[in-house]
Amino acid sequence: MSDAPEHSPTFARVSLARRLDRAAPYLLVPVLVLLGYMAIGVPSSWLTLTVSGLAMGMMIFIMASGLTLVFGLMDIINFGHGAFISIGAFMGVSVLFWLPGWTQAASLPLNVAAISLAILAAMLLTGAVSWVFERVIVRPVYGSHLKQILITVGALIVLEELIVVVWGGEEIFLSRPEMLQGAITFADAALERYRILAVVVGLLIFAALRLVLQRTKIGLIVRAGVQNGEMVEALGYRLKLVFIGVFVAGSALAGLGGVMWALYEQVITAGMGEGMMILIFIVVIIGGLGSVEGAFIGALLVGLLQNYVAFLEPKLALVSNIALMTAILMWRPQGMMPVMKGH
Amino acid sequence: MSDPILTVEGVETDIAQYHILKGVDLQVPRGQVTMLLGRNGVGKTTTLRTIMGLWRNKAGRIGFDGRDLNKMPIADRCRAGIGFVPEDMGIFAALTVEENMTLAALSGPLDPARKDWLFATFPPLRTFWKSPAGTLSGGQKQMLSIARAMAEARSLYLIDEPTKGLAPAIVSTMVRALRELKAQGASILMVEQNFAVAKALGDRAVVMDDGRAIWSGAMAELAADPALQERLMGLSMEAH
Repeated sequence: MSDAPEHSPTFARVSLARRLDRAAPYLLVPVLVLLGYMAIGVPSSWLTLTVSGLAMGMMIFIMASGLTLVFGLMDIINFGHGAFISIGAFMGVSVLFWLPGWTQAASLPLNVAAISLAILAAMLLTGAVSWVFERVIVRPVYGSHLKQILITVGALIVLEELIVVVWGGEEIFLSRPEMLQGAITFADAALERYRILAVVVGLLIFAALRLVLQRTKIGLIVRAGVQNGEMVEALGYRLKLVFIGVFVAGSALAGLGGVMWALYEQVITAGMGEGMMILIFIVVIIGGLGSVEGAFIGALLVGLLQNYVAFLEPKLALVSNIALMTAILMWRPQGMMPVMKGH
Repeated sequence: MSDPILTVEGVETDIAQYHILKGVDLQVPRGQVTMLLGRNGVGKTTTLRTIMGLWRNKAGRIGFDGRDLNKMPIADRCRAGIGFVPEDMGIFAALTVEENMTLAALSGPLDPARKDWLFATFPPLRTFWKSPAGTLSGGQKQMLSIARAMAEARSLYLIDEPTKGLAPAIVSTMVRALRELKAQGASILMVEQNFAVAKALGDRAVVMDDGRAIWSGAMAELAADPALQERLMGLSMEAH
């Protein structure tokens, strides 16, 4: 037997069509923004709606990012994810109510500190609850989607009822911290301060997730685990521990998103998380299961489209996201950026 | 056999409703290459996967280097010193070659000397170091799969059909790499259908049929006896 010949490959040029196909998901957001501009016509209205859509998209992304990783990593369908949004919102709002001096002060640092504490408390509580949730609810139903759906929907109802027991069944209205109320004017457009903060927080979370997933060993294990969990274990990593970590972190992010959404809507109910799950599932599905980048782009598309359509044709706003999902799945049935499974 | 590194005794494994392994007994001597042979569907891959813990045995015992593997998690089997190259190669297609190798280095960054040795053994890995593993050819993927198992020294390698579907020149590269691995003192249990490769590499052979090991002995003895091959596997391996 002779040895393999010296290997000196020449790399083929990637065609323009193929490059465009790869970049298409990244181009969708600017294309939608451009189409929105052309359809709305008034630059100030367009800018207001764009910032609003981006803010909404960022918050949906924060809530969806954990779910997509849990889907991708362990093939778990968790309808209980919505409960973590509600729990986070209630915990965060409780902290804000305990700090009236900080939230009502005309001081941006104090206001931001209050929100940060609220987010921290929300993430700690949802993280702790999700740890128990994984052990008691999810672990016994690995491998069975039907059982996962049934038991996590049941758990969602139980957790919502527990919220009612602890915080009461009434809607709770809240005001944003003093310095985050109102809007600033930029190029004749009114941009709500809180929405700008939401965009910044969303970008920071996305950057942090990217950093962890792309630049750390644990991120590498998670990305590999999404593709082929069995092989990750055969390489010496206890994937169940990684999964628990991802589940807890993803739920804590849902809690964070709950606080942000509560301040966005300025009202919270036990069922608010359940109500968000439709949008979150749309984002996870169109992004491609297991893809954080896909979820990010999907969330921005959902947020922008909903705002543009609500302005242009309010009656169509309710169906716009379903139509978006249908269109994307007809184009890419596995979602925009599906994670490659196996080899 | 004195102090084998791996001992499989009466192992039975079910996959769904199918009873695949029906009492496998085999031993892998230290520092030798043991070929696991037999017709398709007799349980060779299942045996390797059961040893690795990817399928659980319902009966029997698997001993590795003085430890009982039966209840050991998959990850701990690797950490105990078992490297695994699955039949489907198990590479992470969306990760780069570098990331695949980084993942395989459990105890920290990949040792530079070992990396150089792997580059020398499998030159395409250097060429495609920053490329997604999914873009590699079949032979290159197989090289990556084996190199990944070799990223750190292991005392036992379980390798499932590493030459399947590969061009003869690449098969030669594989054989040379596995010989070097053996020369470093590693023990290898390898499923192989290519008789030339089995003959070139194997010190010992275990032949399976219908979920059991039906013969074990020196590879040279099996290679030299077409009648024995005919009796054990239903055809002469010289025909391969």
